[in-house]
Amino acid sequence: MSKILIRGAKVLGGEAQDVLIDGETVAAVGTGLSAEGARVIEAGGQILLPGLVDLHTHLREPGREDSETVLTGTRAAASGGYTAVFAMANTFPVADTAGVVEQVYRLGKESGYCDVQPIGAVTVGLEGKKLAELGAMHDSAAGVTVFSDDGKCVDDAVIMRRALEYVKAFGGVVAQHAQEPRLTEGAQMNEGVVSAELGLGGWPAVAEESVIARDVLLAEHVGSRVHICHLSTAGSVEIVRWAKSRGIDVTAEVTPHHLLLTDEMVRSYNPVYKVNPPLRTERDVLALREALADGTIDIVATDHAPHPHEDKDCEWAAAAMGMVGLETALSVVQQTMVETGLLDWAQVADRMSFAPARIGRAQGHGRPVSAGEPANLTLVDPAYRGVVDPAGFASRSRNTPYEGRELPGRVTHTFLRGRATVVDGKLA
Amino acid sequence: MMRHLISAADLTRDEAVRILDTAEEMARVADRPIKKLPALRGRTVCNLFFEDSTRTRISFEAAEKRLSADVINFAAKGSSVSKGESLKDTAQTLEAMGVDAVVIRHGASGAPYRLATSGWIDAPVINAGDGTHQHPTQALLDAFTMRRRLVGRDAGIGQDLAGRRITLVGDVLHSRVARSNVDLLHTLGAEVTLVAPPTLVPVGVEAWPCEVSYDLDAVLPKSDAVMMLRVQRERMNAAFFPTEREYSRRYGLDGDRMARMPGHAIVMHPGPMVRGMEITAEVADSDRCTVIEQVANGVSIRMAVLYLLLGGNESDAPNPRTEEK
Ligand SMILES: [Zn+2]
Repeated sequence: MSKILIRGAKVLGGEAQDVLIDGETVAAVGTGLSAEGARVIEAGGQILLPGLVDLHTHLREPGREDSETVLTGTRAAASGGYTAVFAMANTFPVADTAGVVEQVYRLGKESGYCDVQPIGAVTVGLEGKKLAELGAMHDSAAGVTVFSDDGKCVDDAVIMRRALEYVKAFGGVVAQHAQEPRLTEGAQMNEGVVSAELGLGGWPAVAEESVIARDVLLAEHVGSRVHICHLSTAGSVEIVRWAKSRGIDVTAEVTPHHLLLTDEMVRSYNPVYKVNPPLRTERDVLALREALADGTIDIVATDHAPHPHEDKDCEWAAAAMGMVGLETALSVVQQTMVETGLLDWAQVADRMSFAPARIGRAQGHGRPVSAGEPANLTLVDPAYRGVVDPAGFASRSRNTPYEGRELPGRVTHTFLRGRATVVDGKLA
Repeated sequence: MMRHLISAADLTRDEAVRILDTAEEMARVADRPIKKLPALRGRTVCNLFFEDSTRTRISFEAAEKRLSADVINFAAKGSSVSKGESLKDTAQTLEAMGVDAVVIRHGASGAPYRLATSGWIDAPVINAGDGTHQHPTQALLDAFTMRRRLVGRDAGIGQDLAGRRITLVGDVLHSRVARSNVDLLHTLGAEVTLVAPPTLVPVGVEAWPCEVSYDLDAVLPKSDAVMMLRVQRERMNAAFFPTEREYSRRYGLDGDRMARMPGHAIVMHPGPMVRGMEITAEVADSDRCTVIEQVANGVSIRMAVLYLLLGGNESDAPNPRTEEK
């Protein structure tokens, strides 16, 4: 049986409707649709969204399969309501050749939980010196459209300029991890009142902002588009806002944790809060929320960064940077953006599906919920309240700061091209 | 009394004064022919040093031995930061060996806090200096030295440092001594001024309970104590200041500058002193300089902290009043 009828779902948060899935596509959207021959899912007023798309995921395969694999990472993604993820290039070996990106792409296809779109490295070995074969990665079976040295900043202005220019040939985009390396030498947390007190090396906001300012000007100069990863400061927001007002083709993302957590949490010296870019201040958090609401920041991206327990169960300075995020992203967005009245569910669909798919040119994802479209869908119960228990995560790693914290909402069903990958909150 | 001593900021005024008073009692032990108390007999204290510091380790060891504790010295060579698991592994080893207290020195800020709160170990943790964060027993011994010199040895009992004006000069940015002293001296009622070139003042210092000045000469006449902080020569290469000579001219303490201090004012240094750049030999050797006393006072303070944290038997404590009379 390949027909599924989702009955009474609020599509993008609107009026309750029925959605009929036939095979891999949405067959009909309307009221009182016939359930004949179909498995029926009673949505009971839950929110139906297009399958979420994450433009910034670390899947760790190849090379760090103890942290995550494509299979475990895509299972985590499906649990979080995602149907497509873009996998960052900082693997071992680095995804800087057609061979590696094709391998990751194929592993994603085989996983069956979520489409994996590999991101190619901008420079060979993420070393910032020599352009990787961007065209070959684009022309490969993986069809790479997004290039990033994430984890490292493309620091050299000439290399950045060349990359921005070069990808114009095939409509690619360079996603920049904005971090001026000299200003962040020895940096361990946001530079400010808390770092001064804790004696941890400060990571100044200007180290992010100065790179963004340079890159939007470079993008303008060469007439290319640039995407800024994980904005974390109020100043970064101002620069992107200015660049957009000037007509520069820039897009930007924010992570769920930068919408919720502040550097005050670092007082615990608990490495679950150690992340790159670092958690900033309350003022930054509020500016990021506002920017996501007004569209200055285009999308939410998780920066899902799995690390094994040993890499976090140590002193702050020795701990790895990053936190897992795929399975909690939508809940954090609900809490920080929907329940605060800053976004409605249709806007959440834009920030977490339509816009990231558009920026990354993801085929078949981020499409409207209407007849004839691929059935990539996510059903969310916004009334659910629960305490986060990482023991139940599908990710191979558990490095979440939300353990024991109550977060709202739950993904009850995820469909990848008509096939349920999550049913009643559990992986299918 | 608190369970651990991680940060000078954790001490209340009364707790801090109690430590200073207890140290005053402990100091009298040093004047006896047999410098030993039975207070911690049968207890095991581990000095866990991930970072070299012979001075601090010897000071703690002397304090532990004067209290009759069994001492284990554990020096973890090399950086634990490059091999992140070693702190946890070591802690669990010590836990299994049943140590009663851990004195930890670590290059990473927050490592003692993590040790005390991670559940890796149950024993009280005493921070003997972590990264650029805190060095609370240093601050306590400095405060003890100031109280003795500025208030008086016996007159100081029960007293704090209310209204005293203390100036800290030098590399505040990288100094756990500065952080600990600002916290403790403020708690004890003193007015603290930090003097440094702007490059060596941390962003965020505005939240600290102290004043900041870039002008040493303006501050000296108003200081009851001037504490010179260590400036490491490698800071020069990182462009924190142009040359050693320029630093010395603007922020070094020489005889001329010392002459501008009030007659009763003292000069302090956490040691080891590098004569020349930050302090001239003339100042270091003057009787206003308390460096040697600070070393002796360090043992008394550490005895007091260990005694109070480990809840030594009250009857074992020295009683200065009955002894003196
Ligand atoms: Zn990044």
